[in-house]
Amino acid sequence: MTDLNKLTIAEARDLLHKGDVTAVELTESCLSAIEGSNALNAFVHNTPEISREQAKAADARLKSGDAPAMCGIPVGIKDLFCTKGVLSQAGSAILEGFKPEYESTITRQLWDNGAVMLGKLNMDEFAMGSSNETSTYGDVVNPWRRGNDDAPLTPGGSSGGSAAAVAADLCLGATGTDTGGSIRQPAAFTGITGIKPTYGRCSRWGVVAFASSLDQAGPMTKSVRDAAIMLEAMAGHDPLDSTSSDLPVPNFEAALTGDINGKKIGIPKEYRMDGMPEEISKLWEDGTAMLKDAGAEIVDISLPHTKYALPAYYVIAPAEASSNLARYDGVRYGHRATLAAGEGIDDMYEKTRAEGFGAEVQRRVMVGTYVLSAGFYDAYYNRARRVRTLIKRDFEQVFAAGVDAILTPATPSAAFGLGEMADADPVQMYLNDVFTVTVNLAGLPGITVPAGLDKQGLPLGLQLIGRPWEEGDLLNVAHTLEQAVGFVSKPAKWW
Amino acid sequence: MLDLTYTAPAPKVIAGAKHDWELVIGLEVHAQVSSNAKLFSGASTQFGAEPNSNVAFVDAAMPGMLPVINEYCVEQAVRTGLGLKADINLYSAFDRKNYFYPDLPQGYQISQLYYPIVGEGEVLVEMGEGVARVVRIERIHLEQDAGKSIHDMDPNMSFVDLNRTGVALMEIVSRPDIRGPEEAAAYVTKLRQIMRYLGTCDGNMQNGNLRADVNVSVCRPGDYERYMETQDFDHLGTRCEIKNMNSMRFMQAAIDFEARRQIAILEDGGKIDQETRLYDPDKNETRSMRSKEEAHDYRYFPCPDLLPLTIEQDWVDGIAETLPELPDAKKLRFISDFGLSDYDASVLTADVANATFFEDVAKGRDGKLAANWVINELFGRLKKDEKTIKDSPVSAEQLGGIITLITKGDISGKIAKELFEIVYTEGGDPAEIVESRGMKQVTDMGAIEAAVNEIMAANPAQVEKAKENPKLAGWFVGQVMKATGGKANPKAVNEIIAKKLNG
Repeated sequence: MTDLNKLTIAEARDLLHKGDVTAVELTESCLSAIEGSNALNAFVHNTPEISREQAKAADARLKSGDAPAMCGIPVGIKDLFCTKGVLSQAGSAILEGFKPEYESTITRQLWDNGAVMLGKLNMDEFAMGSSNETSTYGDVVNPWRRGNDDAPLTPGGSSGGSAAAVAADLCLGATGTDTGGSIRQPAAFTGITGIKPTYGRCSRWGVVAFASSLDQAGPMTKSVRDAAIMLEAMAGHDPLDSTSSDLPVPNFEAALTGDINGKKIGIPKEYRMDGMPEEISKLWEDGTAMLKDAGAEIVDISLPHTKYALPAYYVIAPAEASSNLARYDGVRYGHRATLAAGEGIDDMYEKTRAEGFGAEVQRRVMVGTYVLSAGFYDAYYNRARRVRTLIKRDFEQVFAAGVDAILTPATPSAAFGLGEMADADPVQMYLNDVFTVTVNLAGLPGITVPAGLDKQGLPLGLQLIGRPWEEGDLLNVAHTLEQAVGFVSKPAKWW
Repeated sequence: MLDLTYTAPAPKVIAGAKHDWELVIGLEVHAQVSSNAKLFSGASTQFGAEPNSNVAFVDAAMPGMLPVINEYCVEQAVRTGLGLKADINLYSAFDRKNYFYPDLPQGYQISQLYYPIVGEGEVLVEMGEGVARVVRIERIHLEQDAGKSIHDMDPNMSFVDLNRTGVALMEIVSRPDIRGPEEAAAYVTKLRQIMRYLGTCDGNMQNGNLRADVNVSVCRPGDYERYMETQDFDHLGTRCEIKNMNSMRFMQAAIDFEARRQIAILEDGGKIDQETRLYDPDKNETRSMRSKEEAHDYRYFPCPDLLPLTIEQDWVDGIAETLPELPDAKKLRFISDFGLSDYDASVLTADVANATFFEDVAKGRDGKLAANWVINELFGRLKKDEKTIKDSPVSAEQLGGIITLITKGDISGKIAKELFEIVYTEGGDPAEIVESRGMKQVTDMGAIEAAVNEIMAANPAQVEKAKENPKLAGWFVGQVMKATGGKANPKAVNEIIAKKLNG
């Protein structure tokens, strides 16, 4: 069989369990795909020895007959996850050469389930960015191109490497993390599926922190079914993370019945932004119609505090980040600046952090420091927290009124060109998160699925937002939408 | 139980060049929680381990590491709060206090600014018999200790030891109710005593397990009373905070110096700048560490890695039930049950091990006699050998045995001291020693009378003198005791001699 790397997780699982392919074959196929993918700059640390060793072990386990669904499935890991003995730099120069002595809970669970690690994936520095242009490893290039030119496009961010790798069939699935849209926006830009589960569903232990109250990991895959399978392996209670939920993890794949008869789907009027491109509104309307055709009841809803979400997010996230990133001081690990004679500890901090952090990270650390400082705390941080409570309440009221899921666009546009936003106001870049940040602020599960192509041939996604802890239901609605859309396009290989 | 009433101690008054000044002091005591593991990690808290050997990944703030609360440390804080008669907050929360320092790997200390675990309480600080002050506790919160920076190992480099990083501290904040250096020391001593009774902090100041930040201000007589009436701080002077005092002696010296420094400035027409100061014991002076303007902006905000801490009233009640008898109650009981003096009761209850030892000795015996023996003989002897009650060679049972022999009249007080020394150095059962070494008091009146007769016969001139001057009878007593090797019952000897001289 050729092109095993193009399989979905579900397809590969069935073949592996039937014995038609081996994990080693599958892994080799991905490794050679990765080898030829330098132009995408998605994988930044390859671990072929580990891949082959894990694949062999997976084959033995498959043979013995009690292999879990993820057994033998080759996956890529976002660089934000600490992986034991493997460089884990969060896309930052300040963690240059950092190899953790420990394995993040999520990756450990994946390996315990028999998944195969292919290597570490590029990302925006400390997950701060929406275009994967802030990475110390350089930009990730989207495998998709506009129909009429060869200009390199952004895969989105911050999980840009994960999105590009899955879209280009370098791996069967990848881990991502999502603080304000970092799984869902790149998934939409690359025509794949990405789910951010309920806050607390996946352990944050061993995942480099950006904004702790918003960060949540999730899978990025080629289908909703794959997302269900991979999420089940990643999720679960972790006593090492005090914010992790001890609710049991259901069988998510079993929830994919395709039956959404009588489900109430909310269409929030506040997401109909001024100047929304015609293509996006059309996509949204089409998606709405498809769900209706599948038996869902469509209801217009209001989430009145939506317009305050982005500003609140860009206060809370930098505030937490400014504190979370204080540990990168050059004292214990990572980069340490060379000091001149007579320079002391303060010089070491300043030089190390000036050299080690990129511009966007520095901007957010400074914004975060500012909003927490004496005299500004109430005006910014506390007000943002109150807004967050209101946003959460908006959703609670809608769900209490019987809405099962909310349908919105995933992004305000399709993927844009790398460098195109270089001279733009940073706020222009932040607007990419306008449809996704509310979900993080409210701690809800959100998923994006590819729903069509724009007129330049680039993928566009729709987002579904679900009730807390009801990822199964959410995945089922997404699966139903996916079946109705029938999105099968793949980027033409140019790399 | 006795109801003792106290009068408040007079505040320390310092005479300035122009007029008198009073001191106003508030303390922030940092007490290391007695626990095996740190506040948010499983690393050991053992003191004196190899540098950087008790460090979990989270203590070193490795990327992606998360804190998990140690329930036992919470229990210890609650226990301490109960011991200080304080309100226990069933809801509390952790905040991050952000600042950069090499011995603070996270770049923030996890503390409790907005919602501390313990609220208002009080401590009775005694300053002598019948003189005491109730010092109000404002709050107790849990927080992480920092590591240690070591600057004297290398001329060009500094080193960091993270063993102490993340060890649980209780910060016990008092109201400005303390009125002099001696009171401050007595307050810290009392806190330490209570925490040792509770087993929540070993109070070892040398190891840094108990440290205090001292806020000092001065005011004119009468101002403090106006403050107490209104709780309006405007009646008080501007305070300075002296950081990190870990010796009672230096703390008192620092307070005295700082008060005099402030008085000199005020009398010179100047004003006090609110600032943080450090005490230099070599020069006996405080120096400015940072002014209010230079003060850190700690950017406190709720720690997003930890959920708010909610505890159940039942759980608190369960801890309250296991609380031991505390020093104030024990002292009162010793006074009422054993008839001890205020002083003896204070000495015996200063340390719970001493108090327990005393109670074991006194059980079923004369309490006052037991107190005398424990305080004067045993403590005196232990002090000479630089030993504590825990390694006393004489057990409570042995000392009790000696006292029983005294009260039964088997041995005299003098012999008892010899016996104590034998038991102290050689060990053994006191009754058996007395028996086997023939130390038993002679109460045989015939034998004593024979000895008296013999001595009187040998010293007729002395007999005549003593008959004229009864005070000289003591000479005969001494001679008889000498002749009997000290074993004769002194009471019987006295009686027989008196009878003979008078007869």
